[in-house]
Amino acid sequence: MSASVINTAYLLAAVLFIWGLKGLTHPKTAVRGNLLGAIGMLIAILATLAAQQILNPLLIIVGLAAGALIGAILALTIQMTAMPQLVGLFNGFGGIASVLVAGAVLLQVMGIAMGGGPRPGMQELVATAASGLIGAVTFFGSLIAFGKLQGIVTEKPVRYTGEQIVKIIVAGAAITAGVFVVLNPGETQYYWILAGIASLLGILLVMPIGGADMPIVIALLNSYSGLAAAATGFVLNNTALIISGSLVGASGIILTNIMCKAMNRSLANVLFGGFGAVDSTTISGDEMYAGKVKSTSAEEVAMILKTAQRVSFVPGYGMAVARAQTPVRLLTEAMEADGISVDFGIHPVAGRMPGHMNVLLAEENISYDKLREMDQINPDFPNTDVVIVLGANDVVNPLARESSGNPISGMPILNVDGARTVVVIKRSLSPGFAGIPNPLFAAENTLMLFGDGKKVMEDLVGAYKEA
Amino acid sequence: MDIISNLTIFVLAIFVGWEVITKVPPILHTPLMSGSNAISGITVIGALLASGTGNAELTKYLGLAALVFATINVVGGFLVTHRMLKKFQKKEQK
Repeated sequence: MSASVINTAYLLAAVLFIWGLKGLTHPKTAVRGNLLGAIGMLIAILATLAAQQILNPLLIIVGLAAGALIGAILALTIQMTAMPQLVGLFNGFGGIASVLVAGAVLLQVMGIAMGGGPRPGMQELVATAASGLIGAVTFFGSLIAFGKLQGIVTEKPVRYTGEQIVKIIVAGAAITAGVFVVLNPGETQYYWILAGIASLLGILLVMPIGGADMPIVIALLNSYSGLAAAATGFVLNNTALIISGSLVGASGIILTNIMCKAMNRSLANVLFGGFGAVDSTTISGDEMYAGKVKSTSAEEVAMILKTAQRVSFVPGYGMAVARAQTPVRLLTEAMEADGISVDFGIHPVAGRMPGHMNVLLAEENISYDKLREMDQINPDFPNTDVVIVLGANDVVNPLARESSGNPISGMPILNVDGARTVVVIKRSLSPGFAGIPNPLFAAENTLMLFGDGKKVMEDLVGAYKEA
Repeated sequence: MDIISNLTIFVLAIFVGWEVITKVPPILHTPLMSGSNAISGITVIGALLASGTGNAELTKYLGLAALVFATINVVGGFLVTHRMLKKFQKKEQK
């Protein structure tokens, strides 16, 4: 097959990817969009196979079959609550694939160059080093992110003195190794040294980042996996890789940006600063809560709900941990049967990845038009009879509205305290990730319903049906 | 192909990506991540070239390992995205 035919096939694949991503702009067209993307990928793979003289067909069959089987098992058995881990892991796999491809190609072309063939040009060599660097950072960074989300690695930020200097030294070493790769491509061991140092860098970069910042990290690693693929495209002079890689790179950066804005923090602050940089010892929870916190029962809440006209849920990561989505849906259905209007206020950083809460609620057949964004729902809180805050804390903390003085100052929040009654379902009064107390819990119109999210919600469903 | 045409494609594709993806609503951000992630599995093409046409032993086996990882990324990514999007779509028919 001629070069123009295969390049036309790649162009077609790229068009399908863009078209597919465009489909993702609405839930109605999203399934079709994803299928278009998959078809584009299939075309790209088939064209590649048809165009090349395949020397090792068995190897390819084994590789494709093993990958497809493992991928399908992972995709079909994963629980929706574990989606952030899985996406994190897939990001990493894309990264390591780029490392291995660039390494394999370097060995191949240097082998040819030794035999008197053409030497790789500057573009290919710089791109090889970039693939190794970005790919390895993505892979090991993603493994740590996976570990943190899965509970294998501590979710707490791991910080130590001299942390920034260590990171700078390792990053410097990685770049130096990259320069060696470009200057001495014949010495292929430099490439693997580069990949090794970049792996260490990936670990060092993600370890200090805490659980609540995971949406940002996953989005950023998503972007890296795309950039690694684009770099590999420069190695191979392959437009399909360059285009797809840059689409994904852009997508990841956009999501990273949205997440950072939603936390009112810069990317540099997430990566290198983190919470704790601001002294928060001035606010004491005991003082704030003393004598003001009102504990309630499922029966009392059920009674209040019965008389309500508008109820909003504000879910957070706690709902996912407690797996309380099903009773949430049951209560929603029961209330709607009584003519109560119910919706959901979703903070952009609720959960452990962008859009996490929406997926969990969609799985429960809760219609997407009930899932409302922060800016949409905020004006409605003053007209809301009851807000049920389930497993969320920092994203509803009124202290964020203060311009300075605490770690979440200036972060946009859901203004649930404007509602007539706020019911907070939570295990205890312990602070959220930001480590500060929440005056909402002590507010005049707030009732605390203590307990495990799922158990409490089930009790609430029972009490509501009896009330 | 020369570096300038490659860079041209790279930069223009970033702009296209930016324009298309800023229009994706927050409720679909998780499927967007897993779907775009599957697209970044395009490295599978590089893996096919390395494993399928390599003549050095090491190149072949590095290519094979890359092929397995990239295929997991592609197949797993598109499938899991499909699974998620189906859940969003179901309500539409109700």
